[in-house]
Order: sequence, then C-alpha cells, then structure tokens
Amino acid sequence: MASEYILRVENLHKKFGEREVLHGISFNVRKGDTKVFIGPSGTGKSTLLRCINQLTVPDSGQVWLDDDEITGCGQKISTFRQRIGMVFQNFNLFDHLTALQNVEIAPIKVLKMKPAEAGKKAMEELCRVGMQDWADHYPAELSGGQAQRVSIARALAMDPEVILFDEPTSALDPELTREVLEVMKELARGGMTMLVVTHEMGFARSVATEVIFMEGGEIVEQGPPGEILANPKHMRTREFIGKISDQ
Amino acid sequence: MNIFQILIEWGPYLLGGAAITLGLVASALAIGFIFGLPLALGQVYGSAPIRAIIAAYVWFFRGLPILVLLFLFYFGIFPVIGIDLPAFFVGALVLGMRGAAYQSQIFRGAIQSIPQGQMTAALSLGMTPWMAIKSIILPQSLRLSLPGWSNEYPEILTDSAVCYAIGVVELLTRTSQVVSQTYMTMPVYMAAAVMFILLNYAGMWLIQRVEQKIAIPGFGIKAV
Repeated sequence: MASEYILRVENLHKKFGEREVLHGISFNVRKGDTKVFIGPSGTGKSTLLRCINQLTVPDSGQVWLDDDEITGCGQKISTFRQRIGMVFQNFNLFDHLTALQNVEIAPIKVLKMKPAEAGKKAMEELCRVGMQDWADHYPAELSGGQAQRVSIARALAMDPEVILFDEPTSALDPELTREVLEVMKELARGGMTMLVVTHEMGFARSVATEVIFMEGGEIVEQGPPGEILANPKHMRTREFIGKISDQ
Repeated sequence: MNIFQILIEWGPYLLGGAAITLGLVASALAIGFIFGLPLALGQVYGSAPIRAIIAAYVWFFRGLPILVLLFLFYFGIFPVIGIDLPAFFVGALVLGMRGAAYQSQIFRGAIQSIPQGQMTAALSLGMTPWMAIKSIILPQSLRLSLPGWSNEYPEILTDSAVCYAIGVVELLTRTSQVVSQTYMTMPVYMAAAVMFILLNYAGMWLIQRVEQKIAIPGFGIKAV
C-alpha cells in the first residue's frame, strides 16, 4: 500500500535486562514533518531513535520507511541507514578525517560516488551549515558547535529522507547551541523530515510540527507545540513543562 | 694484524651479516603484521570459538622462550611434517609468528580504545561493519598503535641474534666466525655491537618519521 507517511513506527518494545525502556511506541511521520521528542532523561527517547535505524534492535514492533519494513530486514539494514541520517549528542565525527573528508566519505564508500563529485557535494553541504571555511580542519580543531554542524553536513551528504537528531545540543553551551539550532531550523523550514530529541523548547515552539512528550517508555501526549507546550492536558506533561520552564 | 686491518678485511663480511639480520627482522615484522592484524580483528569482532583459538595461539607463542620455539619448529615440527626450509626462513617465520602474537595484542588494544561512537556513526551512514572497520576503525587504531608497535622493531632485532642457534648466518653468526678466525674477541664483538646499535637507531628513526608523517592534529599520542 502506498502510505501517506514517510516513516511509521508501530508498537515498539525494548527491554534492557529487566528494565523496559520502550513500552509500545507508535507514531507516523509525514514528509517534511519536524517531530520533537521531549521528556525526562531515561525515558527511552534516544533508544527510540536508535531503534528506528536499528542501531539498537527492538524486541518487538515494526518500523517502516515508505513501504519497506526496516525491522528484521537483516543485512539490508545498511541500505535503509543510507536513507536515514543521524546526528549524535557527541558528534562522533571521524577523528582522523578533515571536516570535508568526514562529509564525503560516506558518499564515496557507500554510494560509490566519484571522489571529485563527492568532494563537490561535501563542500555544498559544508556551505549549507556555514562550515565551508573549515573544510580542511580536523575534528579536534573545531569547537563543539562547529563539529556538530559538520556532523549535520555529513548526514545531509547522503541525501537522507529523514534525519534523526539525538540530543544534538546537549553537549554544547548556550552560544554554540544557538548556532546549531539555527542550522536545524533552516533545515526544518527547507522541508527536511526530522525527528529531534531535545530539551530546547524554543526550537520546538518555532519549528516543530508536532511535539511528543514521552515518559516511562510511553508516549504520554502529542500534538502541535502550541498545545503541548502552552496548554498540556496531562498532569505529567504539565509537571515536566513546568520544571523545564523554571530553569 | 691490528684491529683496523681486521675490520677492513672482515668488515664487508660483517656488514653482509648485518644485511641478513635486517632481512630477517624485516621479514619477521612483515609476517607479524600480516598475521597480527587479522588476529586482533578476530579477537575483537570474532565469534567465541574464533576468539578462543586466537587466545590459544597468543598464549602459545608468548608463553615459550624464543629459543624453544626455534628448536621446536626447526628440529621438531617442520621435519616431522616433512617441510624442509632453510634456517633463514624458519627463523623469520618463528620470529614472525611470535611477533604476530605480540602485535595482535598491540592492535587489539588500539582497536578497543576507539570510542564506540565512531562505529555507530559509520553504521548510521549506511556503511557495512566491514566497511566501517576498514575506513574508520583501522586508520585510527593503526595510528594509535604505532608508538606501541615501534617496540617490536628493537625487540625482534635483538631477538634475531638467537637464530644463530639454528644456524642462520646472520650478524652474530658471522661475528663468531670472524672471532674464531682472528682471535680478536673484543674488537670484533664491539664492531658487531655497534652494527646492532646502528640498525636499531636507523629503524627507530624511520618509525618516528612515519609517526610524524601520519600524525593528525589533536588525534592520538603525540610523537616525541
């Protein structure tokens, strides 16, 4: 069946030992959506993202990208991961490669793009995140904000259909956070489909198409940011929003 | 005959021995690398039986004195299974297989010291595990392992003299031959010692150059 959704998550469960981290998570993502996941630490938000591209294998449930099921696809998983970008809290740039090489390596190795072509593409993506002047620098020479922008460019270079952001600004101070958020807002406005785990309520307010509040491995409440952030229905959501806005 | 005459007369012969020693060491290092790296990968990424076999291999080659290994292979295992190899090859092979055991542990440590996030990021971009190992993990871990690996050279260089015992005509063997011809014990052994030291120095210099050449700003252990 042709789905109106680009990504569907159905009834995901995941246990680590005795602890159930995901307790039946389901949601759908339309092309161009920016879904922001909020909630207390340890409620499975990061695990959820990692279950989508199978970096963590869920115990049960399904994930669909367009009409293809990702879960249980075996070796084919790498072809799905090409279509799903990921940005990490700690950037995870490849330390032995320059910014440019970080961005071009996957197109070269995975997509078998010609190095010259991949280099050109990589430079375009670096421009898009404002890092073109740092192309020849190594990750250790970049600030956290710069490194994260390069890692966004690295994900973009694969022309992904969806990008997963796993607390992309949690390791950054407020000033650097802003430069990364600016890039992400730009992407969201440009129609990129994004799933974002973050505590940045300002970001959620300005670009999220939907905010999903998670606690205890479950989706407690979801809806447009205006509704969830300003006028949450559930007690637990209210408490969480209250705590966050106190800071 | 004075010392200088002896050195002029026998120097080329001793230098030839030094060249053979260098060949022995280079072969042993190469064999050690070629087998050591897959052993390390097997130990990190392999299944339980593979890890057990590699652990046994490492335990065997690190557990026996080099002289015992040489005798065992040269007089024991190879003749018994009908392989008739010149002493030089047996020496290189034994030093190399023993080196592989040591090198595998150097590489294993370096591979395991690469943060998990590097592999995660590579996989998230659609690389297969093997692709990620080849393009991301190995280039980093090989750089990190070079300082530790550089110990292998002087180690094998000094150990190589033991191949004298199975009749490899390397530097020490030739030195002994010259001594028994000339009875100039001290100067001739001194000459050999100087050659060993120079070989050692030259090799270490080369390794340091390589280390500087492949260094990456802010990454790994700084070259001294």
